[in-house]
Amino acid sequence: MNRLSADDVTLAYDRRVIAERLSVEIPDNSFTVIVGPNACGKSTLLRALSRMLKPTEGRVLLDGQVIQSMPAKKVARTLGLLPQSSIAPDGITVGDLVGRGRYPHQGILRQWSAEDERVVRESMERTGVDRLAGRYVDELSGGQRQRVWIAMALAQRTPLLLLDEPTTYLDIQHQIDVLDLCAELHEEQGRTLVAVLHDLNHAARYATHLVALRDGQVVAQGAPGEVVTAELVEEVFGLRCQVIEDPETGTPLVVPAARKARGGGRERAEGSAGAGAAGPVDGAGPGDRVAATEAS
Amino acid sequence: MTTTRTRMTTRTPTTTGDPGSAGTPATAGPRTARALRGPGGLSLRIDVRACVVVAALLAAALTAGVVLIGTGDFPIPASEVLRTLVGRGDHGQEFIVRELRLPRVLVGLLVGACLGLGGALFQSVSRNPLGSPDVLGLSQGATAGALTVIVLFSGSAGAVTLGALAGGLVTGLAIHLLAWKRGVHGYRLVLVGIGVSAVVTAVNGYIITKADFVDAARAVVWMTGSLNGRDWTQVWPLLALFAVLLPLVLANARGLRMLEMGDDLSRALGVRVERVRLLMTAAAVLLTSAATAAAGPVAFVALTAPQLARRLTLPRCLNGAGGAPMPGPNLVPSLCMGAALLVTADWASQRAFGADQLPVGVVTGVLGGIHLLWLLVTERRAGRI
Repeated sequence: MNRLSADDVTLAYDRRVIAERLSVEIPDNSFTVIVGPNACGKSTLLRALSRMLKPTEGRVLLDGQVIQSMPAKKVARTLGLLPQSSIAPDGITVGDLVGRGRYPHQGILRQWSAEDERVVRESMERTGVDRLAGRYVDELSGGQRQRVWIAMALAQRTPLLLLDEPTTYLDIQHQIDVLDLCAELHEEQGRTLVAVLHDLNHAARYATHLVALRDGQVVAQGAPGEVVTAELVEEVFGLRCQVIEDPETGTPLVVPAARKARGGGRERAEGSAGAGAAGPVDGAGPGDRVAATEAS
Repeated sequence: MTTTRTRMTTRTPTTTGDPGSAGTPATAGPRTARALRGPGGLSLRIDVRACVVVAALLAAALTAGVVLIGTGDFPIPASEVLRTLVGRGDHGQEFIVRELRLPRVLVGLLVGACLGLGGALFQSVSRNPLGSPDVLGLSQGATAGALTVIVLFSGSAGAVTLGALAGGLVTGLAIHLLAWKRGVHGYRLVLVGIGVSAVVTAVNGYIITKADFVDAARAVVWMTGSLNGRDWTQVWPLLALFAVLLPLVLANARGLRMLEMGDDLSRALGVRVERVRLLMTAAAVLLTSAATAAAGPVAFVALTAPQLARRLTLPRCLNGAGGAPMPGPNLVPSLCMGAALLVTADWASQRAFGADQLPVGVVTGVLGGIHLLWLLVTERRAGRI
């Protein structure tokens, strides 16, 4: 049995249903990447897995327990989350921010142990921000800042780490830099990583396990080599493409078809809705309700 | 508030550290935090600078208190005051010091402390330097309670205190309920507070028009905020409230500090977000309502004290002018700053204007208003507003 799973969950904001009766298992020690078009519910799923969002039905299980019923700090010692847009308090230094990742290990009589100090130092060294410890977070570049946030999540020392679009707003060099770091963090210590990524090629290259979502339902999951096919991309994203072998890594590489071959490319929504033969997409499912919303 | 990840920078990116920062030692940030470690895994985090500031402010507050006790129609030198306080003064001075002036000073200290702490809590919870009871309408709510008792029931001083307390608590609850939308959020709280404040101010104006001349005069004095004629019956309830709330607030201060990082991240780090916020808001409402009930709506102390305290505990100015807010709610320094401010203002109101004693609220209003304007000007220069 895997440590983290969503069991038949229905996810909604107020009355707006994002996903209905969704079940996902996160394989232990995997680098799982969740992909899907905008508003497919991938960030919502991540929020549910990290207990930010309580499912209206069904349950999220962490180590066999319903995650909502567990003590907050206990969850935070097992599962870390880096939200999509994180706020650094004004005037906070890198060292102080990374140190805040130790909160779930601290208490009123254990405010700053020697272990806290050691772990914070190690986390900063691991992410290459140790030399920035005394700097203000406001002064850093986007790439440095993202490393600092990851260092903070590392300082939490959790066997599971969830990242919501960790590469957004970064240029290509820093996207690869952050993903390399994630891959290293996954390989060492067998940490389980779950990330939501926008870029399908990044997902195919870095993930060991891929979950493709559309309209709040899992369309396909498995190793990227098996999952990423031209048919699936068309079904999930409504985009005609070729899938070739990545010359660097041998993983699938999605090359969108030329504009002319796609017939002007304005048929995405209609084209994909009818093509749901392979996936468990319910025709009258929640897709209609979320189509206009930016749920992810 | 900086949404760090959405802000793009033009700086040349470096992946493993900026060469310009190579000279900075790894662990030496500008924060002056030190860890004290004891046996059995005990460890406490102490901010040395904050401790020095707290000690200095406490000393200032107590000195001002002693000077204030010696001030009046019958002046007593500070040395005599101290001797009397430890029980070795002469009989006449003993009565003046212990029965007349000490309770007034203690009420001043406690009211200032309540307002400073309450203001710091509000500002931290609302993530807004304007989140203070003056702006949120709590002072006005307490005033409405007091006016109701004064004008409609011609109640005793004790009844007025209870009325003000009830008015503050009801207003706090109303603001909380109106601002509640899957949790209370910063700007929402401030905006709802401003709306409530406008309504309650209108109600207060209406009540005053219904009053006869004597009641109206009494109401106006109360509304200015004054420490005249305060005695031991005001000291004990405030002290009791403080004894209960201060440990509760300090025990949850680390959670409050985490809340600055946003709800999601603090929740991810194991903070019980709603519980901490509700507890801290309730404590802030209780503290400011009690302070207002004891001394009237003393203006601007709750707004000013946390800001001034922050500037003292700030290690160095960020971005030039004014200095940036320092992370952390800064509770104890704000508390001491409130106490020192109020007692000093009370001394100034008695001393600076001769025989015609000015209510302390006038002094804090003038000073606080000037400080607020200065704050706006410097923040504007720093490009924050």
